[in-house]
Amino acid sequence: MKFKKVFAMLLTATMMTSMLAGCGGSGTDQSSESKSEDKSSDKDSDTAKKGGDGKVYYLNFKPEQADQWAELAEQYTDETGVDVEVQTAASGTYESTLKSEMAKDEPPTLFQVNGPVGLASWKDYCYDLSDSQIYKDVSSDDYVLKDGDAVQGIAYVIETYGIIYNKALLNKYFELPDAEIKSIEELNSFDALKKVADGIQKHKEDLGVMGAFTSAGMDSSSDWRFKTHLANLPIYYEYKDEGVTSSEAIKGTYLDNFKNVWDMYLKDSTCEPSMISSKTGEDASSEFALGEAVFYQNGTWAYNDIKDMEVADEDMGMLPIYIGAEGEENQGLCTGSENYWCVNKKASEEDIQATLDFLTWVVESDEGRDMLANEMGFITPFTTFDEYLPENPLVKANDEYTKAGKTPVSWNFTTMPSEEWKNKLGSAMLEYAQGTGDWDAVQTAFVDGWASEYAAAHAE
Amino acid sequence: MEKTIKRYFPVFVLPTMLAFILGFVAPFALGIYLSFCKFTTVTDARWVGISNYLKIFNDKEFVHALWYTVLFTVVSVILINVLAFTVAMLLTKGIRGTNLFRTVFFMPNLIGGIILGYIWQLLLNGILAQYGKTLTYSSVYGFWGLVILVCWQQVGYMMIIYISGIQNIPGELIEAAKIDGANKRQLLRHVTIPMVMPSVTICTFLTLTNGFKLFDQNLALTNGAPSNMSELLALNIYRTFYGRTGYEGVGQAKAVVFFVLVAVIALVQNRISRKKEVQQ
Repeated sequence: MKFKKVFAMLLTATMMTSMLAGCGGSGTDQSSESKSEDKSSDKDSDTAKKGGDGKVYYLNFKPEQADQWAELAEQYTDETGVDVEVQTAASGTYESTLKSEMAKDEPPTLFQVNGPVGLASWKDYCYDLSDSQIYKDVSSDDYVLKDGDAVQGIAYVIETYGIIYNKALLNKYFELPDAEIKSIEELNSFDALKKVADGIQKHKEDLGVMGAFTSAGMDSSSDWRFKTHLANLPIYYEYKDEGVTSSEAIKGTYLDNFKNVWDMYLKDSTCEPSMISSKTGEDASSEFALGEAVFYQNGTWAYNDIKDMEVADEDMGMLPIYIGAEGEENQGLCTGSENYWCVNKKASEEDIQATLDFLTWVVESDEGRDMLANEMGFITPFTTFDEYLPENPLVKANDEYTKAGKTPVSWNFTTMPSEEWKNKLGSAMLEYAQGTGDWDAVQTAFVDGWASEYAAAHAE
Repeated sequence: MEKTIKRYFPVFVLPTMLAFILGFVAPFALGIYLSFCKFTTVTDARWVGISNYLKIFNDKEFVHALWYTVLFTVVSVILINVLAFTVAMLLTKGIRGTNLFRTVFFMPNLIGGIILGYIWQLLLNGILAQYGKTLTYSSVYGFWGLVILVCWQQVGYMMIIYISGIQNIPGELIEAAKIDGANKRQLLRHVTIPMVMPSVTICTFLTLTNGFKLFDQNLALTNGAPSNMSELLALNIYRTFYGRTGYEGVGQAKAVVFFVLVAVIALVQNRISRKKEVQQ
């Protein structure tokens, strides 16, 4: 009797649980869904074999351009009959998606790494591209990742970041009677930037803004703007002083400068520092696009999110991120790449060939070049793109700095020892901002964390 | 009859058995094997012995996540069961609209954990914004946010189980107790609660294991922020596996430890509350 009742209840419970699991198991749902997509694309390729046996499966890193890649893939399939599948990993989940996709029967044939550190974990999967057509099209070896003589990754986009600013609002500030800085030419050091930011913050009602800087969103989807991109500057200057291009132990010589910039971002901002833990990059981009803030630290890729809103294209400019280092009047914007194409060595030969053909088409055909330059707004390192330059005011801002003879800041964050290092630094920066932690923790994460993560990454 | 059943035994058992092997036994065995390996993708692993297990307890965040999970589970098990039982008692008294209430309380269960997490994140952030704080300001907010969330989600579900338990109590028992002069409190203490012990077993089992295994809600609500201080075990394992290059094996080893832990706790719990059940 009792057993029966318990049994009946357990049965109901399991039935309901399975219902619950059906709703809750979003993780597994997704993977099974993409699996079935794989299968359906198999069928497609069976029917459309005229263009060769290989297939291309591109795991794209940039959600901003997800639609354009899908469109480009479709065009290629229409033209050649070769099946191209493009999947895009959600923001911040590329590594985990890549890991699980690589374990499948039909792994991506084309994937991305973010630089030397990313390459280290995937180098067993990278096909040597030294004989490929796209390698011949690359303008300089600065844009490839090499292991000995083997070309393992090729950058396909060169990007630039700095402090995007609103020219109209900034000019309004310059006209204020008590403005300490009177023109954009004078704005060429950290001190000047700080004066301007403090001034704007003081007069925010007069200027009709909510703050000088957009909110420094430290939500885990967006904190790369600071833990990676901003942290690049102290690393850049330290490398420059030491005359090195990577390091196993960082000293943190410029951490005080780093603190000054971070303090400025927090103080002269549209929101209280205690709120930033849940602010995102989208919040910041909408604040800038709606003219609520004057400065917005981000890069050329952000143009798609801020164009056609309140701020006109001709009002957008980009300033270098000044941190108060010596000789920074000649500092340019931060330019580099963390998007390298790698071809999966472990894919079948036909698939590798199909992938190489696809890449060649992307960088040489009119459709491909048009899409990359005009639709996606990429500056590429390929020689084939001379007539294809994007209409992006932020890119033009960079050209102006280069023409004026300023030295671009290289992207040294690709040498940061691991994702874990960045996460720890981001957490410490957030806690410092909120007042729940102190600056020492940031210093520890930056200096000690570097050494221990470097050791962990290179231990065998 | 017996013979026929025996003859057709494979027909009934095989499909389930196959699904069980494919869906559970095989991945489980592979998982244990991988916990002794260093690997990037699961199909390509190299044996390294027990070094993964040695790294687990040096990881302060894992230990923190462990205690945080234990605390969370204790609080949520108590709250969910007390609330669910109270609601079940109220909704078996025959008040107007009982069915409507039961449906309404059960509804949150039909929404997935991720969505629930985001809904509550919006709601709680909306309230905390009044005080210039957010949910991820400190792990204390994250903790109570998570408790509120799981209560909201699971109280209705456990309520259904308690209701079925309460409705199964034979009327004559209650009548006899009343004739003997038992007051309401005595009735509850000496008749109702002992009689719904089977439901209590199931509900504590479910809430306990749910509490330990909680993942979606944690991911959506706080994602461990700030500084992974509001991170439960399952999320810690996930982050170790996917978040750190070279730590896939350690994540796997943590998962094995996690499995053993949950299994032991569930068995002990079952043993204890089984003893409390009464025979009718």
